[in-house]
Amino acid sequence: MTRRRWQWAIAALPALFLAWFFAYPLIRILERSLRDGNGFADVFGDGGVMGVIWFTAWQAAVSTLLTLLAGLPVAYVLSRFRFPGRALLRAIVTVPFVTPTVVAATAFVALLGDGATSLVAILLAHVFFNIAVVVRTVGGLWEHLDPRLDEAARTLGATRLGAFRRITLPLLRPAIAAAAAIVFLFTFTSFGVVLILGDLRWVTIEVEIWRQATGLFNLPLAAALSIIQIATVGAALFVYSRYQERRSAEISLLPGSLTARAPRTWGEKLLLAGVIAEIVVLLVVPLGTLVARSLTDGIDAYASLAEPSGVLAVSPGRAIANSLAFGLTATALALVIGMAAAVTVARGRGGLSQWFDSLLMLPLGTSAVTIGFGLLISMDRPIDIRASWWIVPLAHTLVAVPFIVRTAVPVIRSVPPRLREAAATLGAAPRTVWRRVDAPFVARAAAIGAGFAFAVSLGEFGATTFLVRPLENQTIPTAIFRLLGQPGSANFAKAMALATILMLLAAGAVMAIDRLRSAGDF
Amino acid sequence: MRFRSASLLIVLALVAAACGSNAAAAPDEIVLVTHDSFAISEDVRDAMETAVGLPVRIVQAGDAGAMVNQAILTKDNPLGDVLYGIDNTFLTRALEEDLFREYRSPLLDSVPSELDLDHHVTPIDVGDVCLNYDREVLGDIQPSLRDLTGSEFAGQLVVQNPATSSPGLSFLLATVAEFGETGDYTWIDFWADLRANDVKVDSGWEQAYYGSFSGGAGEGDRPLVVSYASSPPAEVIFGDPTAPAPTGVIEAGCFRQIEFAGILAGSNGGEYAEALVDFMLDLQFQEDIPLTMFVFPANEDAALPPEFVEHTVVPANPARMDPDEIEANRDRWITEWTEVVTR
Repeated sequence: MTRRRWQWAIAALPALFLAWFFAYPLIRILERSLRDGNGFADVFGDGGVMGVIWFTAWQAAVSTLLTLLAGLPVAYVLSRFRFPGRALLRAIVTVPFVTPTVVAATAFVALLGDGATSLVAILLAHVFFNIAVVVRTVGGLWEHLDPRLDEAARTLGATRLGAFRRITLPLLRPAIAAAAAIVFLFTFTSFGVVLILGDLRWVTIEVEIWRQATGLFNLPLAAALSIIQIATVGAALFVYSRYQERRSAEISLLPGSLTARAPRTWGEKLLLAGVIAEIVVLLVVPLGTLVARSLTDGIDAYASLAEPSGVLAVSPGRAIANSLAFGLTATALALVIGMAAAVTVARGRGGLSQWFDSLLMLPLGTSAVTIGFGLLISMDRPIDIRASWWIVPLAHTLVAVPFIVRTAVPVIRSVPPRLREAAATLGAAPRTVWRRVDAPFVARAAAIGAGFAFAVSLGEFGATTFLVRPLENQTIPTAIFRLLGQPGSANFAKAMALATILMLLAAGAVMAIDRLRSAGDF
Repeated sequence: MRFRSASLLIVLALVAAACGSNAAAAPDEIVLVTHDSFAISEDVRDAMETAVGLPVRIVQAGDAGAMVNQAILTKDNPLGDVLYGIDNTFLTRALEEDLFREYRSPLLDSVPSELDLDHHVTPIDVGDVCLNYDREVLGDIQPSLRDLTGSEFAGQLVVQNPATSSPGLSFLLATVAEFGETGDYTWIDFWADLRANDVKVDSGWEQAYYGSFSGGAGEGDRPLVVSYASSPPAEVIFGDPTAPAPTGVIEAGCFRQIEFAGILAGSNGGEYAEALVDFMLDLQFQEDIPLTMFVFPANEDAALPPEFVEHTVVPANPARMDPDEIEANRDRWITEWTEVVTR
């Protein structure tokens, strides 16, 4: 095949996947719902629904801003300083991201008491869940920035702040924008957190779609809201991809091992202490509550996981095995599809590539109920996979692909064309250029993205519950939810024990990937 | 050449699979669609397949509301043969959609007639949503619903939002049944008084019971919660079996939920699907229900486990409501409740 044909073939894979498993079910369910009535009339005629749309937008903007403010110092400290326990802190920061919302929100309810259901609690929980996105996406680039750039600026008379604003910030901008986009999508479509902590006084579009579709069976209104949600998300994504200019920072990156150093000045040590305090208060305390409760009867809760349980239809060990199998399958699928998409977007020129870029992110911004119902009415042909094993990893793949694309595109774009040209001038064949110049960058980006994809799949609960699943295919989050749905301190402790295992698995995966990354670092 | 024959084989396999799922021939498995709270012991599961005579696949489709809606959406090409777990608050909606075909199990003779609401569905289990109290804090009490608006219960009750929670909706229905919509003290007056008495509203059972309730495994500070009549035995079985039950049931304000099974109208399971319904009403499955799903068997001949007999209060007069009345008024009641309690 020629080079051009290859590029088309690579682009076709994610396009077909998205068309079949996302666009087609979506169109089917929207068409089917709007056949029953005009939902838009209800939306625009009802002040309450308009209020929901407005709240959804501003709380997402505020949550994104707060998560950036809380996450950037953590990203800085964890990527630029070398100190004992750094790998552990990195893993801890990622854990909330995989904690099922129902577990964390129940911990918040117990910690905050009657003040739990409030706007502050919602914003706090959004920062708790999403700080990992900022730390990993921005930190992943930050640790490779050449510190000499900053030092040169300071030698030339720039203040510390000035150098950050004029040198570091512009270089980090693509990563910050990518993190902000993902956090915005996550909080814009926030479901569990808002349902539990907002107590229907604060309602997002996602919660309203769920309430209309499953509680009141008002599918036309649910469909209208879905369209509004998708349109808003689509518009925001398009603005973002315009902003994320093509020339995004062609810079010389260094291995993290060369850029990180021990904190030297008192100011740096103070910053390190401050970030550790932030992680403890914001993340370790809520997570620690869960671990502590799993240990109320010593290790009984863990020991009992091996016994058959009356409440759970499958043993917790089986649920863990299922979660790992789904996670690995979804990660493999998402890697293949996501990297093909990332290469296409990063190499592409002009409007088409921007559209494609936005389209790839759209599943993150689409209501899980809508997608679930869509898959339900469209995946019976040619083979009926509606209630098969595959439906769960396929849905997880839809959610995981955007993470791979978002982490990979900035890295691939940062490969300096001069390197490729130089290699070509020196006589390397195109394939050799790809293998020796591009591939190392791509591999690193893929590793970061794979970690995210695996974590997303492990902790995924919202979309999974709206799919039809065989009884034996319980995942850790659905098993936790099931245990939490029954009274009895043993059930509760067992749920917390499973949540702790989930956290350990996620932390372990993150630490393994980090080790892999630093070992293979150029 | 080899490539071509391989792809031909794949196409043939796809066609065969596609035809297989639609063919009206004898089924090769029976699919039971149920909600996420379903559980079954392993030996009962094995016995189920023997009784039906075919492999039985069990698929879960979210909470009860999501499950019913999914069944309605897939009416023309159903996900399975038998649907189990639809309760009296959703029954009318499903019947209006002609979701089920008629079936009368011979075992219905052993079921109290007040549970047998419609020829299309078979009652399988019964659960009472009741107020639970923390015995350590309150001692043994039996207040009336009206008593809960008094100052001695100020700030003590936590309930679930009926718009998002099934027990929350049941408790709301119990208060409607108790106080009525007309007269000098309506259900709305009662909830206004509860609000003035600092009732707490949580979105779901998990948050209310584990986050806000003080009794049993709860970590909150409110000694009264809306839960189930079967929660105290669960606290004993899944807590400290030697200690007395940490929580008790208040008999006033209970609401009876009945769960049904029905054969989906588009099923070609025939007699096998009927055999599955019969099995679910037969003693082995019925006697498994209390300790796996913590509800009561519908079959009167089923023996109850001793922990159940000892620690469960079966409320003498739980509120009941005609499913048609629930369907006609549910949305309005929830809206009115929201106005009074949370706005």
